[in-house]
Amino acid sequence: MRAVYKRELEGYFKSMTGYVFLFFVFLIVGIYYKAYNLNSGYPSMNVTLNSVTFLFLIAIPVLTMRVLSEERRQKTDQLLLTAPVSIEKIVCGKFFALVTVFLIPMAVLCLYPLIMGRFGTVSYVQNYTAILGFTLLGAANIAVGLFISSLTENPIIAAVLTFLVIFLSYIMSGLESFLPSSMSDGIVMKVMEACNIDGHFQSFITGTFDLTAIVYFLSVMFVFVFLTIQNIKKRRWS
Amino acid sequence: MIEVKDIVKHYGNHTAVDHLSFRVEQGQIYGFLGPNGAGKSTTMNIITGYLASNEGTVIINGHDILEEPEEAKKCIGYLPEQPPLYMDMTVKECLLFAAGLRAVKKDERQEMIEQIMGKLDLKDVENRLVKNLSKGYKQRVGMAQALMGNPEILILDEPTVGLDPKQIIEIRSLIRELGKEHTIILSSHILSEVSAICDQILIISHGRLAACDTPENLSRKMQGTTALELSVRDEEGRTESLLKDHFAGRVTVEGSRQNGIWDGVLQVKGDTDIREELFYLLAEARYPLLKLKQDKLSLEDIFLELTEEESEQKEECAPETDMEEMNMENAEQTDGKEAEHESGV
Repeated sequence: MRAVYKRELEGYFKSMTGYVFLFFVFLIVGIYYKAYNLNSGYPSMNVTLNSVTFLFLIAIPVLTMRVLSEERRQKTDQLLLTAPVSIEKIVCGKFFALVTVFLIPMAVLCLYPLIMGRFGTVSYVQNYTAILGFTLLGAANIAVGLFISSLTENPIIAAVLTFLVIFLSYIMSGLESFLPSSMSDGIVMKVMEACNIDGHFQSFITGTFDLTAIVYFLSVMFVFVFLTIQNIKKRRWS
Repeated sequence: MIEVKDIVKHYGNHTAVDHLSFRVEQGQIYGFLGPNGAGKSTTMNIITGYLASNEGTVIINGHDILEEPEEAKKCIGYLPEQPPLYMDMTVKECLLFAAGLRAVKKDERQEMIEQIMGKLDLKDVENRLVKNLSKGYKQRVGMAQALMGNPEILILDEPTVGLDPKQIIEIRSLIRELGKEHTIILSSHILSEVSAICDQILIISHGRLAACDTPENLSRKMQGTTALELSVRDEEGRTESLLKDHFAGRVTVEGSRQNGIWDGVLQVKGDTDIREELFYLLAEARYPLLKLKQDKLSLEDIFLELTEEESEQKEECAPETDMEEMNMENAEQTDGKEAEHESGV
């Protein structure tokens, strides 16, 4: 697993992908941080982060589109799958590498509340809860992207599909409101809520340390990593 | 060492491997021979665990490839048809990665990489990016990856395809060298290659095993007939009937006359040598013998004969689809080669 993890991580910074991803995240978060926190003097990151969740729509597909599809296209998966490493370890190695790339800007983000703290009173708990929620949201989206990348040989198709899926979960709160009130606790509503990754982030915004949401995000990651493993296993039989 | 039992692989309606069984013993070089689309690569992919067979089992050193994949895969180094290389890595990085994948101990890695690079002459290119290497070097890097961790079995899928003649000779001698320490299975559709390197030949055709033996035994087995090629000066056009009358029942005669010269082939049944008899016969008839050549069945003929027999059998059951698919695959292959050629130029 370590070999796959290391190669993947190095791969991101050997190509442009890693830098483009970092640039994009820093740019978007930076603009909103400047506007809300520095210019308007609002002492918490929660509104800032809530406003920038749309960056996942682009950043996550950029990050995950090639992770498995490219292996298949270049036939390098033959090296991985015939090596004495289990598919579980290969997929987990890749997933952790993706999460690590994402953790870099998140670690830098942790400095932002400290900067604000120098100029006034800041609720660090509220700030860091928001950052934690944002990180979990991103990691869950990465798992979705990883799975979609395992479905196709074409990175572009993987990127477009990932964009669509994340977009759908992004607007899910809006779609939920279309449902008539009679269906508000029916099965359809439950399914839509489960698909609403973005919605589970909301409780972190209000500063609550929401255990259900954490379990939810971890489950999303687990389910999609599991599906990825199964999908690769299945492919050997077809 | 390797035991392949009754494996079947379907791609949709097409059966790529059809109840194939064979055993591979330690310390020999096996040649996997078959026309394009015979199922060589599929079989190799199944042995190495990249694909799973629909039926049957593959057991490597007592480990089933599907039940205990990690144990089984440890024994195998695999070089697929297209070497699986990451284009944005240097040769050294590729080998380090392969060493990590194959769980070579940290303190032994450096030494093993040095040793393998020495063996494969990769020292000069160790810091170059894989994407800038020539096909021959890529092949060698792929081979180096397969050798990492010193697996007992090496499986090489068409290791010499796309190389220039000098590289082919180098790779062949390398394989012979490696054959001293490893059990090797290599596939090829080039006969001379297989007969030059291999101790055992497995001929497969349409996913089935057509023959499995040493090159010598194979040619001995097939020596039912001997062919004589001859040219005779013949102004009157009577050679053919003369030969037919004289050797009636013993020899089949085929030939044609052009510009007063009769060219033909005599297929002699059994082990008799009729060359002297033939000479005196023609001499008495005053037909000057211009050429006489005895052809023993070469591996090439054995190969053709075995694969054709198979395809005839097949044709009886599935006359159209199968042949069409074969042709399509052949066409694709040639297209690919042309494209390669063009880009090479």
